Amino acid sequence: MKKQVVRKYLLAIIFILFVLISYLLNFSIGVKISNNFWLFFREMITFLPLMFILIGLFDVWIPKEKIEKHIGKESGIKGIFWVVILATLQAGPLYAAFPVAYFLWKKGCSIRNIFIYLGAFSTLKIPMLTFEIGFLGLKFSILRTLFTLPVFILIGLIMEAYLSKSKFEIKNPGGD
Amino acid sequence: MAILLTITLAMLVVSLLNDRDKTILGIKKGLGMFLNIFPTIFNVLLLVSIFLFLIPNEIIIKWLGKDSGILGIGIAAVLGSVALIPAFISYPLAAVLLKSGVSYQVTAIFITTLMMVGILTLPIEVKYFGLRVSILRNSLSFVGAIIVGLIIGLLI
Repeated sequence: MKKQVVRKYLLAIIFILFVLISYLLNFSIGVKISNNFWLFFREMITFLPLMFILIGLFDVWIPKEKIEKHIGKESGIKGIFWVVILATLQAGPLYAAFPVAYFLWKKGCSIRNIFIYLGAFSTLKIPMLTFEIGFLGLKFSILRTLFTLPVFILIGLIMEAYLSKSKFEIKNPGGD
Repeated sequence: MAILLTITLAMLVVSLLNDRDKTILGIKKGLGMFLNIFPTIFNVLLLVSIFLFLIPNEIIIKWLGKDSGILGIGIAAVLGSVALIPAFISYPLAAVLLKSGVSYQVTAIFITTLMMVGILTLPIEVKYFGLRVSILRNSLSFVGAIIVGLIIGLLI
C-alpha cells in the first residue's frame, strides 16, 4: 500500500525537488517549466474540486430514472439538445468533462449522448466562445460552431453504433 | 469561476437544508473521485508544462507560418492534437497567427484539433474510458476537426 502511494506521487516529488533546486540555482529552464506548471495547476485546482463536489451532490440527489428519461437511449433529438445545453454551460479543459461523463453514464445516459456531450464540451462552451469571438471574430465562431455541431453528433452516432455491440463502460478511476 | 463557486455553494446550502447525511455522502463521494484522479492529472499537467517549454508560442508561429499547403495543415493538426492550451492562451495565439500571415485554414485546423483531440491528456481519458474507446474518440475527432478546419478555410 505504502509503496503504491510513493509510486503514484514519485513524479510529483521529483518535480517539486527539481523546482526547488532550479530556484536555488537560478536554473532558468526549471523556472520556466515550473511557471508553466503553475499556470495549469492553478486553473485545475481552482475549479476541479468544486466540480467534483457538484458531481457528488448530483450523484446522491438526482435519481437514475430522471437522467435515463431525458438523455437515455430513447431520448432522441431532445436528449441531444439537453446534453449540448449542459455542456455549453460548463467551463474548463476537456479532462474535466470525463468525470461528468462517468456520472451521466452511471445514471443511464445513452452512449451516443455521452460522446455528443464530450464533443459539445470541447467545442461549444460559452466561456470559451466569448474568447473565440473576441479574438477571431463572430464570423469565425459562427462558422466553426455550425460545422462542429454535426461533426460531433456524427461522432456520437458512430461511437454508439460501434460500442453498443460490445460491452461499454466508463470507469470511476480508483473507485467502485 | 465565480459562477461555479456560487452554484456549488448554493447547491450545498440547499442540499444541507434538506438532508445533512446525504450532503456529507455527496461531498465525500465527489472529493474521493477527485483525489483518485488527482495524481494522473498532476502528471499530465507536468508533461504539458514541459511540452510548452519545449514548443513555445514563437516556435508554433514559425512552424505554422512556413507553409499553408498540405504540410502546414499537417503540422497544425499534429501540434493542435498534442498540445493542451487553455482558451485564454490559445485564442490570443490564434489571433497572432492570423496577423503574422498564417492562413485561416491552418489556424482553424490548429484551433479545432486543439479543442477536440487530446494526446497529452490521453492518460486521464484512458482511466475513464479505457484505451480502445479513447483512441477511437480521438481518431474520429482528429478527422472531424480537420474537416471542419478545411471548410472554414474555404468559406472565410
